[in-house]
Amino acid sequence: MAEGITDIQDNTFEEQVVKSDRPAMVDFWAPWCGPCKAIGPLIEELSSVYSGRINFFKCNVDENPVTPGKFGIKAIPTLIFFKDGAAVEQITGMVQKSKLEETIKKVI
Amino acid sequence: MVDEVYDLAIIGGGPAGLTAGMYAARARLNVVMIEKLAPGGQVLVTDWVENYPGFPEGVSGADLIQRMTDQAVHFGLKIQTDEVMSVDISDSIKNINLYEGVVHAKAIIIATGASPKKLGIPGEDMFYGRGISTCATCDAPFFRDKVVAAVGGGDTAVQESIFLTKFAKKVYLVHRRDQLRATGILRERAVRNDRIEILWDSVLTGVSGLSNVEAIDVKNVKTGDITKLSVDGCFIWIGIQPNATFLEDDLKLDEYGFIITDQEMKTSVPGVFAAGDIRSTSLRQIATAVGEGALAAVTAEHYIENMSK
Repeated sequence: MAEGITDIQDNTFEEQVVKSDRPAMVDFWAPWCGPCKAIGPLIEELSSVYSGRINFFKCNVDENPVTPGKFGIKAIPTLIFFKDGAAVEQITGMVQKSKLEETIKKVI
Repeated sequence: MVDEVYDLAIIGGGPAGLTAGMYAARARLNVVMIEKLAPGGQVLVTDWVENYPGFPEGVSGADLIQRMTDQAVHFGLKIQTDEVMSVDISDSIKNINLYEGVVHAKAIIIATGASPKKLGIPGEDMFYGRGISTCATCDAPFFRDKVVAAVGGGDTAVQESIFLTKFAKKVYLVHRRDQLRATGILRERAVRNDRIEILWDSVLTGVSGLSNVEAIDVKNVKTGDITKLSVDGCFIWIGIQPNATFLEDDLKLDEYGFIITDQEMKTSVPGVFAAGDIRSTSLRQIATAVGEGALAAVTAEHYIENMSK
């Protein structure tokens, strides 16, 4: 898998996140969401630090309504962490680096 | 190697911090602004700003902040993305302890702003992100043709409720008094809006649902009656609390935890200044934040000049 953050769609979610043998973080976002943009650089930074240990994805909720619906997402940014195919951690709203890094360490 | 000592460190990158940074950079101070996320603060979650001078048609919060950031950076402001964990401010050189490293500065401006207050009712934390929200620009589109509640009666609650009606088919505005505190033009718009039903003298006492918000309990404070209303979401705008967890006890705060300053933005500790929503003040607006930021930067500049004499 390439480094960085991979765009994920409703039809690739199962294959790339749920069936992945590596932990994954999915950033649910939308272009109209200011706070989503605000945490963008932070996620990019951590995606290079933790590359190879956890896969990073982003899911545009405007273009992919099914996946956020499945997880009951009613607010963004929401980050969901997956391990062995199951959602194990969830963070909603603007998150600072210390908390995000702590959560990543918990799932890897 | 001796660590760099900045003339000025600004903590927080909302309108107050960005303006202070622009003034300090133009004064050719060696200045750094520390922001834990991207610049913007609460403005970033504000859908539309129409009371900031110079924008007769209004401007989106995100757009306004981008312009302020560009302007400050244009004059040489350095922005460092990190989180302030604590500060040591009693000596003449202040230490700002970050999540990753330390910044030293002769003077600091605290412009960390404020965050939405919680109600502290059952279900509030559990359903945060599952129907409970404090950001209409982020989350209103999830409630297209749905019924939502909004709690509060100030400018934010009323303006954002009006924004919600672009998506939601109905907004219950739950307000604890018998009149709104919001400014006149917003009150008029809310009352005129067919999709807003104001529940006067009412407070939220609970949020319930299976995995997402399905209902709220609203108590009428005059009669004591509790009504259960079916809603798909609930937005909470009942005021703000200061972002001051990193502060020590040595700064003088008001009874709500906001920093007390004099007219020149000086706090009780020499070399420490405050500006914007974190300050104890009677009005918290973008317009007041930028003025305070400018004044804090100039006062800090004088302080630094006198230090080296």
